[in-house]
Formats: sequence, C-alpha cells, structure tokens
Amino acid sequence: MFVVFKRELKSYFATPLAAIFIIIFLVMAGIFTFFLGDFFAWGQADLHAFFMFHPWLYLFFIPAIAMRLWADERKTGTIEILLTLPLTVTQVVMGKFLAAWVFTGCALLLTFPMWISVNILGDPDNGVILTSYIGSFLMAGAFVAIGSCISAISKSQVIAFVISATLCFIFVAIGSPLILNFAGDWMPKFALDTISGFSFHNHFDSLTRGVIDLSDGIFFVSMMALFIFINVALVDLKKAA
Amino acid sequence: MDCLIELKNLVKYFDAIKAVDDISFNVQRGEVLGFLGPNGAGKSTTMKMATGFLLPTSGTAKIMGYDVTEKPIQARRKMGYLPEGAPAYGDMTPFEFLTFVAEARGLKGNEIERNIKIVTEKTHIGSVLKQQIETLSKGFRRRVGLAQALIHDPDVLILDEPTDGLDPNQKYEVRKLIQEMAKDKAIIISTHILEEVEAVCTRAIIISQGKITADETPDSLKARSERHNAIYVTVKNDSATIARTTFMQFDTVKRVEKCSENESHVEYIIIPKKGFNLLDQVSTIVRERGWAAGELRVEHGHLDDVFRQITSKTLS
Repeated sequence: MFVVFKRELKSYFATPLAAIFIIIFLVMAGIFTFFLGDFFAWGQADLHAFFMFHPWLYLFFIPAIAMRLWADERKTGTIEILLTLPLTVTQVVMGKFLAAWVFTGCALLLTFPMWISVNILGDPDNGVILTSYIGSFLMAGAFVAIGSCISAISKSQVIAFVISATLCFIFVAIGSPLILNFAGDWMPKFALDTISGFSFHNHFDSLTRGVIDLSDGIFFVSMMALFIFINVALVDLKKAA
Repeated sequence: MDCLIELKNLVKYFDAIKAVDDISFNVQRGEVLGFLGPNGAGKSTTMKMATGFLLPTSGTAKIMGYDVTEKPIQARRKMGYLPEGAPAYGDMTPFEFLTFVAEARGLKGNEIERNIKIVTEKTHIGSVLKQQIETLSKGFRRRVGLAQALIHDPDVLILDEPTDGLDPNQKYEVRKLIQEMAKDKAIIISTHILEEVEAVCTRAIIISQGKITADETPDSLKARSERHNAIYVTVKNDSATIARTTFMQFDTVKRVEKCSENESHVEYIIIPKKGFNLLDQVSTIVRERGWAAGELRVEHGHLDDVFRQITSKTLS
C-alpha cells in the first residue's frame, strides 16, 4: 500500500500542476474569506469566515484532484500493470486515496498564514481553529473518497470530475435551508432529518463552532469508509465486465 | 510434468458478444508459445484472463498451480506481464518506474538495484533510464515495458505483442532475449508477425473468433501449407512448354504455376498433392532431359498461407 501511496503522491508533484492547484486553492480560499465572507467586517478574531467556505471550495478542488486517480490509469492502460502486481485491490485503493488526501492536507496546511494573521490581529480561540482544521481535513477525506470512487467508473477524467462534483454538491447542499424549505413542504419530518443528517455542511459547521461532537468525526470517517468500500467493489466489478 | 500455465475452458462474454469461446491449453517450462490470430480474435482477452486482470465468464486459469482468481497474489508473484501497448506511467523515468514495480513486487534494497541493472542491460534501456517515459520513442517504451515484466525474474512470462513498434534490429534483440530466457520459463507471446513465431516459438496456437483452430509446432503448421514441399524449378526458355506439360502429367502433382520468366529461362513452382514429395522425380527428369537452367529449391511452406487458410475459413 505504501508503495502505491508513494508513487501517487510523487506523481502529484511530478508536474507543475500540483503547484498550480495549490496556488489556486489558496487564492480562492483568500478571496472567499475576504470578499464573500467579509473577514474584516465580521469584526471578530476567528476564522469562521475562512472555514465557512471550505465545503464549497472542496466541491471543485477535490474532484479535480481525485478525477485522475483511476480514470487516467484506465485510459493509459497502466491499470493492467497496477492490478497484476501482487497487491490486493484494497491496498491499491487505499494507497491512492491516502495520497490524494495527504495532497489536499498539504494544501490545507499551506493556509497557515490565515491562522498567523488572525493571531496577530486579535486573540482568537486557537482550540476552535484546531478543531476546524481537523474537521476540514476529515471532510476533505470524505470528498476525496467520493472523487476516487467516481473516478473508478469512467475512463474520462472530465466525466469523473463532473459526476463527482455533482455528487459532492448534493452532499453539501442537502442540509442547506434552501433545500430543506423546499422539501419541507411535502416530506415527512423524519425523512427530512435523515437527509440533512447526511449533509457535509451541517457536520462541518458544528465542528467549526468548536463543538467537539464525536459523531461529526465519525460521520466523515464512515463516509470515507463507505466510499472506499464502494471504490474497491467498483474496481473488482470492472474486472468481471 | 512441469506445467506452469494451465488454462481450462476459458469463456468470456462482453455483454452479448462471445470474445473467447472455450479455450484450454497448458504451457510447460521451456516452452515458448506463440499466440496467433487476426485482430479481435480474442488473443489479448485470453491473456488478460490468464493474468487475472479480467475475470473469465467461466473456466479457470492457473499460474504455477495457483488459481488467478482464488489465489491472485501468489499467482501474480510468479508472473511477469507486458500488457498490450506496453503502458507505463508517463510522468516517471524508467528508473523510477522499475523501482516502483520492483518495490510493489516485494524486492528489497540491494535486490532492487541489482535487478534493475540486470533488466536494463537485457533490454538495452540504460541510455534512457533517467528520461521521462512520455518523451521516449515507441521502441524504448516497449522495452521499458518488457524490463518491467522481467524485473523479478518470473517463471511465467505473458507478453502481449512484445516486438510491436520495434525496428528490425530491436526485434532481433528482443527475440534473442526471449530465446535466452526460454529454457527455464514458460512464455506466452502474442503476435501477428508470423516470422516471429518461426524465430522464437516452440509451439504455435492460432485462434480465430475466440476458438483455438490450430495448436502445433511452427514446422507442422507450415506443413499444412499448400506449398509445403513444393518445388521451384528453373528451365530454359525453349523447353518451357514441354517441361510444363510433363510435370502436369505426374499424378502426384496438383498444380504448376509460372513464377517468373525472362529471355533465357522460366521459373515454375510445382505444387504437389497433399503428402507427396516430388523432389527426386523432378530432379531426375530435369537432369535427364537437359532442361535445367538453374537450381531446384524446395519450399517448406509459408505460415502466412496456413494462417490465412485457417482463419479465413472460420470467418466466411
């Protein structure tokens, strides 16, 4: 597994693409925070305005990172080499997943100037910031798992990107008031609660408020496990196709 | 019996299309099996099933006794595979790529370096070891793919078109390499270059429309050719007509064709009826009557003919 992980991570940095991706991510994060989030007008020394937009940022950023994981292997045929090495499918899937997750982790870590500035400007609750970072990282993992899983169904990176971005959007948006109001008219309450229980946004939101609820962490971890499991099944299924 | 590859009743459907239809064969240690067939006959599909990359709809494939679907890890350890088109990670150098494959195959430290050195020399890729694979020529890429399949010195080699895209010198080198390795491995190569089968294979299987239509040595395949034991004879111009009529009168002759002619002489090919050898008869009469204007040549047959004969029969 570690061998695959190492190769994947290296291949992210083999091209300038990685640097471009991370720069775009950082710039977007900055724009969202300062303009849309009105970081200064918020008037408080915290990073809420920054973390608030993470689900929306990941929505595009992570499918773009994950789309190549499997689609590219299938397109170039290297998947035949990869899957005839004496490794299990689970090892390969995990290796790829972890590489993409660590890569997004790097991008996330590079937002540290935010944390420095807010500490210079005021006296924030660093505990809350830490849980927010952890929450954001866990959420990123769930997005990566979805992206990797979808990438396994298509040869085309573009298709993989569009489908996983859509799926990620659904997972973010189902908890938003817009959807809930719309569905609330005709859906029974328990169904509504179940649906919004799957919202990445809601689970992440409570983590960014500094509420350390284990269930939110467990939610993201189980989403990762679920999609990794589906990913393995999809790769196996393609063998029989 | 040292049977390293056992394929039994392999069948593969792609949706409703039957790509491979009940293929069974074994390959022993020391054998080089040439896998022939027109494009789309199911060669690659069969090879993919032998490696465990594709699951068969039914049937089993075993590598050194390990079922590729039930004991995939053990089976894959014993096997080197060059997939069709020799895919490789374009963003890596051959050195990085070989290191990756070696590590994934469980080689350690010194072994990795040593084996990379060995396969690099065998496949002559030393000069490009530090270049990105996507910048390499087709010939080099193919050989990087070959190197990758050999890195752990496997007992079983499955090579899908190993010489495709190589120039004649490189083809020669690769064939020599395959021959050198042949004695202690079981090797399957697919190809549609028939001279390759004659050059390296101890056995040839022809498949057509997913079925095995021939399984024998290249020599006995050639014997199936209509032109097997046919005789090329060159006679003087003035005796051409009489010679031709005389040959036609032999009851073992099937046909006489004119191959070429010029001012002084004519070349005929005399095709015998199946199983007959005309050499003595023809050489005697040509000598006695003084027709000869050149040497006699015996034709051993063309694999191309046999290939066409066997594969077009099933197509029509």
